[in-house]
Amino acid sequence: MTDITAGSVAIIARILMVWALGAAPAVPCVEAAEPVPALVSIAAGAFRHRPAGEYLRAGFPDDAPRVAIGIDHPFEIMRDQVSAQAYDACVAAGACGPRFGAAGQAEALPATGVSFADAQDYARWLSDGTGMIWRLPTDAEWAYAAGSRFADDGLGAKTDSANPAQRWLLEYDSVAAGAADRDPVLRPAGGFGANENGINDLAGNVWEWTSTCYSRTRASAAGEVESVTENCGVRVLEGRHRAYVTFFIQDAKGGGCSLGAPPAYLGFRLVRDPARPSPFARLRAWLGA
Amino acid sequence: MFTRRTALLGAAFAATAPVLLGRGIAAASESMTPVGLPADLSTLTRRKVELVRPPFVHEHEQVAGTGPQIIEFTMTIREQKMVIDEEGTTIQAMTFDGSVPGPLMVVHQDDYVELTLINPESNSMPHNIDFHAATGALGGGALTLINPGEQTTLRFRATRPGTFVYHCAPGGPMIPWHVVSGMNGAIMILPRDGLKNEKGEPIRYDKVVYVGEQDYYIPRDEDGNYKEYDSPGDGYSDMLEVMNGLIPTHEVFNGAVGALTGDNAMTSKVGETVLIVHSQANRDTRPHLIGGHGDYVWETGKFNNPPEKDNETWFIRGGSAGAAMYTFLQPGVYAYVNHNLIEAVSLGATAHFKVEGDWNNDLMEQVSAPGPIPRG
Ligand SMILES: [Cu+2]
Repeated sequence: MTDITAGSVAIIARILMVWALGAAPAVPCVEAAEPVPALVSIAAGAFRHRPAGEYLRAGFPDDAPRVAIGIDHPFEIMRDQVSAQAYDACVAAGACGPRFGAAGQAEALPATGVSFADAQDYARWLSDGTGMIWRLPTDAEWAYAAGSRFADDGLGAKTDSANPAQRWLLEYDSVAAGAADRDPVLRPAGGFGANENGINDLAGNVWEWTSTCYSRTRASAAGEVESVTENCGVRVLEGRHRAYVTFFIQDAKGGGCSLGAPPAYLGFRLVRDPARPSPFARLRAWLGA
Repeated sequence: MFTRRTALLGAAFAATAPVLLGRGIAAASESMTPVGLPADLSTLTRRKVELVRPPFVHEHEQVAGTGPQIIEFTMTIREQKMVIDEEGTTIQAMTFDGSVPGPLMVVHQDDYVELTLINPESNSMPHNIDFHAATGALGGGALTLINPGEQTTLRFRATRPGTFVYHCAPGGPMIPWHVVSGMNGAIMILPRDGLKNEKGEPIRYDKVVYVGEQDYYIPRDEDGNYKEYDSPGDGYSDMLEVMNGLIPTHEVFNGAVGALTGDNAMTSKVGETVLIVHSQANRDTRPHLIGGHGDYVWETGKFNNPPEKDNETWFIRGGSAGAAMYTFLQPGVYAYVNHNLIEAVSLGATAHFKVEGDWNNDLMEQVSAPGPIPRG
């Protein structure tokens, strides 16, 4: 989907991101100090997916086309969202920053009030503590693992390109419908049930950070991609509906703009890459290359 | 037996009594009604109006089709626990008719407003009503203080056209506490011949909505989490402490964060003229319609003054209600906010209008969609 220039830009942006976050990979610890969370294995395969980001067709916002995406390697994903107890151990170790609104929260609840940067810190700390490679899933990996719990954000309606308001109204109603039955009370792991893969609490009331950067794709009327602009300062969250949130935000309730329904809580789960790789491979994994 | 309830009743009366004495009204609570010549209303017809829940407003004529009438309203005071944000924070609210704000009453100038106010036995506190539109007796507050299990009927003549706040004012520190626990609303008194522009020409609205803005002061525990109480009285002293800091924890439209957004967003269409009545019984605010304007704005709400035109933001003084009229010109989603944007975004003072219709490229057009900066 991306041309070479945009791809390079993306990689450079990721390098800058990693550098900015101080995420230079450390040498894995020899001893596994941290327990390994329960995991669900996801087989390699392929599926059709509507990529995250904004899509302009002939200058007007439109649904991005669903495309075939290959999941080339199997991966393992945490069965549960990272818990408050697990995240706060990282805080206690001095490797993660404090969560937003954590005071008095039960340990069994999911860790909420965490930014993308916090999630990255936690992944690095857990990787160091277990000698394994932990990272956030990409948006496509999340959707692939989430299966029926993934909320496709295509509006599926042919809107009049001369009237941008039609799409704004459709989007507004679509997000409002998802927010209508929102339960603000956090639930312990499993509280929102498992999907067909045995992964708990997808699309409950905790949105999950992915490693995918916000992007804007410009395509011709025929759908040929003309340019892709990526902004890795904003990352994709998945949950009841897709959300785009700036990497240092821990609580999006107030909303980043005046419209739409923001995610109720920000949390995450990690994936573990299959083998214990060399430091070089770790670097590559961090860079998403 | 000395219960929490008798303690509260005692506190309310103790706080009220000096006010009543100071005004020279009889101190004994059973003979609070002042004596005067009976008004002769025998020639007037009566009309009963059922109130509806905000942001909706009961059916009414904009231009009065008859001479002055006696308009009968009934409101039941409800003390009830209400959820005020998306996290499930609660308040032991005190309400007129079960909503925050209470319903908007609409009459015409020179009508007589006759309100029957009911305080059910199940409530725990005395309440009353002070109409800013009424003349005398603390706006009616001195004549309407009722205990649980009592009701009263007040009549006042609507002498001045405009939008006016009403609120509970049971005396002393009870007054702000009841008001910031939700016990306020507004009345709109239309000129008999309807609204007029700055040239005195008649203008009409297709739709009226009532937005009541409310500041809440919810106490927190040691961990910073909002506290929950079993009865209004349980939370009183904690809340007073937060109130005295003057910084609300919530600033919301129609009782709760999100009460006028999402599935509850207000609706309109291009070409439709909407009158937005906005009240704040306690604290200043500054409504703004993002992407729209106030075509005609009665900032102080008083219709004998010519409306201001083309406003971007208008000021609603704490303890008043104003009105803004706007004809939507462009479709889309509009945010209607308190333009202290911290209060709008962080504290909750945001509403939305969903507006259908055709886009007008003459008013606005995206000449070039966002894309890479051209090289060279
Ligand atoms: Cu009251």
